[in-house]
Amino acid sequence: MAKQSFKLMVNSSEYEVFTEPNRPLLDVVREDLGLTGSKEGCGTGDCGACTMLLDGAPVTSCLVLVGEAENRDIITVEGIAKNGQLHPVQAAFVEFGALQCGFCIPGMIVSSVALLDRNPHPTEEEIRYGIAGNLCRCTGYTKIVEAIQAASSRM
Amino acid sequence: MYRFEYYRPTSVAEAVSLLREKGEGGKILAGGTDLIPQMKERGRHPKYIVSLSLVNELRGISEDGGGLKIGAGTLMAHVADNHVVKERFNVLAQGAELIGSFQTMNLATVGGNVCNAAPSADAVPAFIVMDAEVTITGPDGSRTMPLWQVFEGPGRTALKSDEILTSVSIPTPASRSAGIYIRHCPRKELDIAIAGVGSYIGLDDNGSINHARVCLCAVAPVPLRATKTEEFLVGKKPSEEVYEQAGQIAAEEARPITDMRGSAEFRRVLVKVLTIRTLNQAVDKIGLKTTR
Repeated sequence: MAKQSFKLMVNSSEYEVFTEPNRPLLDVVREDLGLTGSKEGCGTGDCGACTMLLDGAPVTSCLVLVGEAENRDIITVEGIAKNGQLHPVQAAFVEFGALQCGFCIPGMIVSSVALLDRNPHPTEEEIRYGIAGNLCRCTGYTKIVEAIQAASSRM
Repeated sequence: MYRFEYYRPTSVAEAVSLLREKGEGGKILAGGTDLIPQMKERGRHPKYIVSLSLVNELRGISEDGGGLKIGAGTLMAHVADNHVVKERFNVLAQGAELIGSFQTMNLATVGGNVCNAAPSADAVPAFIVMDAEVTITGPDGSRTMPLWQVFEGPGRTALKSDEILTSVSIPTPASRSAGIYIRHCPRKELDIAIAGVGSYIGLDDNGSINHARVCLCAVAPVPLRATKTEEFLVGKKPSEEVYEQAGQIAAEEARPITDMRGSAEFRRVLVKVLTIRTLNQAVDKIGLKTTR
């Protein structure tokens, strides 16, 4: 399969990759750009571990072919902290102990940030609905929800 | 994933001309939320893919007189969030919101949900009961048809291999009318309906039903118009007994199978219950609208 050139804008930096068009964005970001924060949990858009923001909207990057993401604004978990400062959501996750194995967390952080951007003061129900696309096998979600509530009250 | 040829046309005309030129064995890529999992895990290996990501003319929601026109490339998230949809075509938002999770809704398109033609497609019954019509475009021109006629079987539509769905149009709803869609599935999100019912009711000045459209989801090879139920409802005054009888007729019209999500018997029970609930809620909603 012939490789093609794709321009990707990731975390405000422009990259050019030369690769086969049948590769998902998740794979290209992890393997070619070395941004391994986003994880593959299922590969079929069902777990949310690969969540990235595409023009500000959370999407499962395992379903996005690299060419489909060209010329769009991509933000990965690596782009959430600014100038070495944790985002309030990240700080709250640490403070509240909202992670155990950590595998779902990058996607969870990205979804939570997008949720609070959309809805700065969500109810508990809105929070749970907002992160419904991010599955966690360890925590039972309680501390994740508390961390998001705390972050929202501080923002 | 297997290899394929990858095209990104920038217009509908270019897309359909590519489909004709390349022939059989290709697939359209819109959001990819059905196609990519099928390619990764379910043995779907198209020779070529025509991506619609650069065909901007397929996106957008606009008012058309009192009706609505939605480009087939419009995201489910945008349908669910749209102010006009929520205000006057609310059942469409109810259906769109059920598609997967936020991440799914930010990729999935209206056209994709229709053309993937799953019997359990959650956005479809809402569009059907709002009397949606689709525009299908090929290299030789465009044609329109009622949405409910597009479905020919699980995963099969009336579209020819060189045609794409370009838009969905919904006519002006009747002045005293409302639509409701409810599905039943074990999880709240990210799940496939065991059964779903969409109902649209219009009432005349005497409070009798003058418009009734009921569409059943996941209980037949296609999204199923429950036409006998509809005929029963027209002319009746809404009441618990009418809903009960309508639910019974709908359960009998359903043609469910038994599979790992549920038995046929269970699905018939669900159809009855969901028909009663959606009719009840639709009539209540009309009442709420008119007392404001």
